Formats: sequence, C-alpha cells, structure tokens
Amino acid sequence: MSIDSNPVAPPKERTPVPQPRMRFGKWMRELGWRHLVGIAVVIFATFPLVYVLSASLNPGGTLTGSNVLFRELSVQNYVDLFSDPRRPYGAWFANTMIVGIATSIGTVFLGALAAYAFSRMRFTGRRPGLLALIIVQMFPQLLAVVAIYLLMRGIGEVFPAIGLDSLIGLIMVYLGGALGVNTYLMYGFFNTVPASIDEAAKLDGAGHARIFFTIILRLVAPILAVIGLLSFIGTTSDFVLSSVILTSPDKLTLAVGLFRYVSEETSTNYPVFAAGAVLAAIPVMVLFLWLQKYIVSGLTAGAVK
Amino acid sequence: MTTKSAPKAPAKAPKRGIHHQPPSMRVLAVKIVLLSLVDAVAVFAMSALFFKGDYAVAGIVLIVTLLVNWIYLSPGLLPAKYLTPGLIFLGIFQIFVIVYSMIIAFTNYGDGHNSTKEDAVASIVLQNTQRVEGSPAYRVTVVDGLGGLGLLATSPEGEVLVGTQEEPLEPVDPGAVTLEGERAVAVEGWTSLAMQDILQRQQEIAALQVPLSDDLADGFLRTTDAVNAYVFESTFVYDEAAGTMTDTLTGTVYEDRGNGAFESADGQQLGTGWQIFVGGQNFLYPFENPRYGGALLSVMAWTFAFAILSVGISFFLGLFLAIALNDPRMRSKQVYRVLSILPYAFPSFLGALVWLGLLNTEFGFVNNAIFGSADIPWLTDPWLAKVSMIVVNVWLGFPYMFLICLGALQSIPEELTEAAAVDGATGWQVFGRIKFPLLLVSTAPLLISSFAFNFNNFNTIYMLTRGGPRMQGIEENVGHTDLLITLVYKTAFEGGTRDYGLAAALSIIIFIVVATVSAIAFRRTKALEDLN
Repeated sequence: MSIDSNPVAPPKERTPVPQPRMRFGKWMRELGWRHLVGIAVVIFATFPLVYVLSASLNPGGTLTGSNVLFRELSVQNYVDLFSDPRRPYGAWFANTMIVGIATSIGTVFLGALAAYAFSRMRFTGRRPGLLALIIVQMFPQLLAVVAIYLLMRGIGEVFPAIGLDSLIGLIMVYLGGALGVNTYLMYGFFNTVPASIDEAAKLDGAGHARIFFTIILRLVAPILAVIGLLSFIGTTSDFVLSSVILTSPDKLTLAVGLFRYVSEETSTNYPVFAAGAVLAAIPVMVLFLWLQKYIVSGLTAGAVK
Repeated sequence: MTTKSAPKAPAKAPKRGIHHQPPSMRVLAVKIVLLSLVDAVAVFAMSALFFKGDYAVAGIVLIVTLLVNWIYLSPGLLPAKYLTPGLIFLGIFQIFVIVYSMIIAFTNYGDGHNSTKEDAVASIVLQNTQRVEGSPAYRVTVVDGLGGLGLLATSPEGEVLVGTQEEPLEPVDPGAVTLEGERAVAVEGWTSLAMQDILQRQQEIAALQVPLSDDLADGFLRTTDAVNAYVFESTFVYDEAAGTMTDTLTGTVYEDRGNGAFESADGQQLGTGWQIFVGGQNFLYPFENPRYGGALLSVMAWTFAFAILSVGISFFLGLFLAIALNDPRMRSKQVYRVLSILPYAFPSFLGALVWLGLLNTEFGFVNNAIFGSADIPWLTDPWLAKVSMIVVNVWLGFPYMFLICLGALQSIPEELTEAAAVDGATGWQVFGRIKFPLLLVSTAPLLISSFAFNFNNFNTIYMLTRGGPRMQGIEENVGHTDLLITLVYKTAFEGGTRDYGLAAALSIIIFIVVATVSAIAFRRTKALEDLN
C-alpha cells in the first residue's frame, strides 16, 4: 500500500518533505497529524472494499470463511457466478449495461439540445423555463414511483413492448428525468463557450443544426462526459424504479438481482455475491477515477449556480 | 468560477437569418425519415388505443403528434425544435406522474380496488363458478385468434359455436367449419391449437371461461381436457336494476354503499371491489388510527434525523479531511485523496450490500474480527440499526463532501489568508472567521441538495434492513429504520395488500416536506450570498 512509501512518522529521522530540517515535534504538529488523519480515513474508506475483494476470492462458500482476509485465493466464486441459471448474473450485467448506456446517451442528448436552446436563443418563457427546471430537479422521480408503476402497467396493457417488464420502458422512464437534473449544469457550461464562435460559423453559412452538432457539442465535450457518467452511475444504482418495472428474473438489473440474491440468504450467498459485486464495480470505478477531475469540476460548478 | 458569469449570448443571435436559409437536402432527408418514424409509431399507438376504447388517450396522442409535426415542419420555432424531445419525456414521466400521484392519493386504489365497478362485477361472477350438475358435455376444440384463446364448441344438439373470454359464444357459418365426426375441429379465421400448444398453455386453457351469452348469469363453458367442456354457473348473481350482488349458496345480498365494494347487511365486504374517490381518507388514516399515526411520526422524526446527521457528519468529516490533506508541503497527499474517495466511486447499492455482510450478527467481519466474536445485533436492534445506518451512510457520503470542501478551500484566494496573518490573526481565527464562512457560502446549496437526497435515501436503508426491525404493536409493516420513502415503497409494493392510495398520500407528504425545506434553505443561502 501507499503507506510504505510515505514518511508516516519515521521517529527521529529527517523527513524529506521540508527543505530545512524540522524537529519531530514540530513535524508532528505541522504535517505528521495530517498523515495520521489520512491513514485513519483511508482505512475506514477502503476496508469494506478490501473485505469484499477478499471474500470474493475466498473459496469457503460462506461468510464465516471470509473473516480472515485473503486466507486463500481462488476464482471459484467467479466461476460459480456464471454457472447457476436461477441466478443469471450475465443477463443482469448485460441489462444493466444496456439500460445504463442507453439512458446516459439519451440524457446527454436531450439535455444538450435543451441547454443549447436555453443558452443561445431568446424566447418567451425562457427564464420561467430555467426556473422550472431547477424546481423540477428537487423532486426525484422515485417520489412518484406509485404513479410510474401504474402508468407503466396501463401502457403495458396497450403496448406490452414498452410497458412493465421491458427494458425499453425502463429507459423511457429514466429519460423523463433527463432534463430536470442535468440541463442546468450543461446550460452553465454552454454559456462559457463564446457566442462569437457561433457568429463566425453563421457568417460562413452554417445552419443552427450544423453549429450545434459539429461545433458546440465538441467544445462542451467535458461536460457531456460528466453528465453521461453521472447519469450512468445514477441509473445503474437505481433500485426503486427498476424493481417495480422489471419482474422476470432474466430481465432484472444488477441492483435488483444482486439485492434479492444476497438478502435471501446473506451468509451462504455472500461469497458469490462478492464476486458479482467486484465485477460490477470495476468498470464504474475505473471510469470514475479516470474522469475524476471533470466530475469534481462538474459537481462544484453545479453547486455554485 | 466559470459558470457564474451571466449568459451573454447576443440577444439577436438566433433571429438573424439562420433558419431562413433553405435546409440542405441531407438535413431535409434526415428530418423526413425521423418524423415519419415518429408518425408511424404514433399512428400505431393511436389505433391500438382506439380499439381498446381509450379515446381520450388516443386524442392526446393525436394532438401531441400534430404538434410535433408542426414544430419540425414549420420554418421558425427554433427553440421548440430543440426543447420538444426532452419536454415530451419530462412531461410524461416527471410532471404527469406527479399529478397522477396526487390523484391516486385521493382514491382507494390498491389490491381489491384495482378497476372499475363493471370489471369488479365480472370478476366476482367469474371467480365463483361451479359446474352445473348434470349439464351436458360440449365437444370443443381450443382455438387461437385475434382476441386471444377461444373455444370452438359443438353443442349436444350439433350446433357449432365459437367464443372467447370476452366474446360470448356465437353460431358460426357451417360452411366454414371442418368436422371430424360430430366434433368441429377447425373454423376459418381461427387457428386450432395442436397438442403441444395445448400442453404448453394448459393453465391458460384451464382458466378460460367462455360465456354462453351476453348475460353472464347464463353460465360459461369451461374445459379441463381441451376436448370436453361443461356448463358452469356462477354462485354470485348480479342484479343490475337493484345494483346488488347475491350469493346464491348462502342467500346473502351484498350491495354497493359507496365504499367501493359490495357489502352485506352485517358489514361484510366482498374481496373484489372497485376504485372510487375517497377524498382525504388516506390523509386522515394516521389520525384515525393513532398507533399508525404514532409510528408515522417516529418515521418522520427518524427521516429528518437520518438526513441531517448523515449530511452533518459527512460534511465535517470531509471538511476535516480536506483541511488535513490541503498542505502544499505534504507528500503523497494524492494517494490519500484517491484512496479515500474510493467509496464514492464504488456503486452505492453495492456499498450498502457489502456492509450487509460486514454487519451480519452471526458471521459478519465486524462482530467476528473486530469485536472478538461478539453477537452485536447491528442491524436488528432498533437503536443500533439506526447508528449502523448513519455509519454506512457517512461511509458512502463523506468522499463527496471531501471533494467539494477541497475544491472550495482551494478556490479561496491565498491573499485573504496572508492579509489576515499580517493583521495578526491566529490560524484558528483565519479558519473560523474567514475560510469557514466563505466555504459555507459556496457549499450551502450542495448541502441542501445532499439533504434532499438523503431524505429520500432509499438504497442505504432498504438494502441493509428493509426498514426493519419491525415496530411492535401495530398491524402495518412499519420498521424502526424506515424512511418515508421506504414506507411508500413498502405500502405500495410489499406485503399482503398493496395500497396505492395510501402510498401516494405518503409520497405527497414527502413532496411537501422537500419543497418547504428547499424553499426555506435556498432563500437563506441567497441571503448568505448577498451578505458577501
């Protein structure tokens, strides 16, 4: 771990950080405590993750065996994960990816269209429209879960393909939240792109669609990535809507499937669940850490507005 | 901050001529293809709705489709062209459903009250059928058609009839029938089911009841072996003129007294009722049932406590960490930063489920490895469960607070600190009087939205305890760690009886709370900003 490579508190030794020599007492007061805090928080933050990784590699088969970290290493749980047809992990994973990716693309697209209109055009109802978006985003869709369920049941009676137990239906429901949450964030970012760029393109004879698709969208790519990722994370973590809309076992998403699996018999199912959790978390974590800088800037920008 | 600058797009920009240029052929082609796709779907939807008899919905679809076509085919209306796609989804799945929730909150919608009175009558009659003693056998063939499964029946007198669950038996033209001996085995316009289909759809066929005539009291044909069918009659008879339902076995008369169900003289209700408006009954329910009301009050108190404590503790932990790791002389702070935001990168529902294993009473890591095999009921004791919820939620939430505090700290100009130091302020004074107020101004809106999020933090609670442990002494399934939102979910989708009306009423309460808190809080922060 990182701790080894750091000067945690090498007693009576010269710390390499400050150029002039510091006494240990002073070093402790000025910097040492920071490392102690850092180490304590890192332990708190990472031990559940280390634990789940260890449990996933432990072939014991129950929770008890997982209490000594990394006692044995085997990929048995990962093999088991894909071998039980009553627990179609592969299908859950695929469903989650389909729903997550489709929703995030849709969200980015719908949000960008609206943000472009709000940022570049002046029309009646623009200010009230922006205000309405801020108000709407305070009410997450899950508050209306009862109505959404009944609406989807009604739709399903007419068009089974987009009603209950349909991934397309679920994606459509998620897209309902596309404008509310993200447009305002994008709107702020669109405003930072100078309007003179549009003007220049217009003079060159480009139409509005061309300016939007070929110029503006490229310039705001960072915020699109952030919104896409946030929407992906939000969608794939959702339990409420997906659990009421999807019903048949091979249509479930990971959140619903893994929850039902692990909560039905926590102790015996845990190691296999841990393997599933590790596999499910890796792509999200990699993406997140990779785009971390953008996400943080997106978060704070949203705050300041 | 970049986003602070007001939009300075030129006011005239969009008006100047851009949409007066003739669109290129390619753009036009794309537009026409997309529009015709939308129209095709809309026409399909409208015809399906029309045949179902949902004329009002079909009308709305028609109006929206015309509007969409008008917007995209007319030369102007540029903003509308960009806003419409998002607005349609927003309109249906965000705004309409909120309005719909409000309507449901005033009905008795739920198990036993799912549909209209007509449907309830038909369903009561259908659910209570018995074979008529000594009734003659009809020879039947199971057929499939546009209206679903049906029976092609040959009566004992040799007459050939066909009908489905919805369409009563009707004679068919003898010329269109294929006979096999006495029994009709096929008819034009219907597909006769082969043996393997019959086996596959056994349950459907067993449940199939074809009315003999428009009057359900005449009886139904039912078959168990897909060859012979017998006449079944309902033990319940509906008298349309009197509006009463009579149980012919016991002779009890049930009547509609405006409660959305048939009731007997001694107050007994039939299980299947229908949907009616009940006014404020769902909202009064907690007041009329003091035990439920008390439970609801404690759920509300816990919801506030949970949200406030989660945000508060995560914020101060995040802030403390940000201060600790924000020293330019410190080495490897980047490593600490990345490792401590890992819980935020980990999908939140999985985080909660990981803790479910850690906190398991008998086998969990926390009890066995940290507390030396103690049996501490982390998730099943009312108070400990609450503590566990907050610990887990802080674990999930503090990295976010750390990130925003770090960003906010770093955006405070260095000169302020230096100037204060020159004036002789101590480190604590600089922090308490200068940095912290500035930090609060820039993070306050985030803290408010974080509060609103945690107020409805369904995943953490439901995945760890499902709201439990269950409160003693009340009939309804309410738990000690239930938030309002998990209570909504449980009322609507869990347990024996689903009560959509009550669940919707509970969600209206959340709406009101969230709206009030946000309104007050945002007003306060405006004031904070103005002071600055």
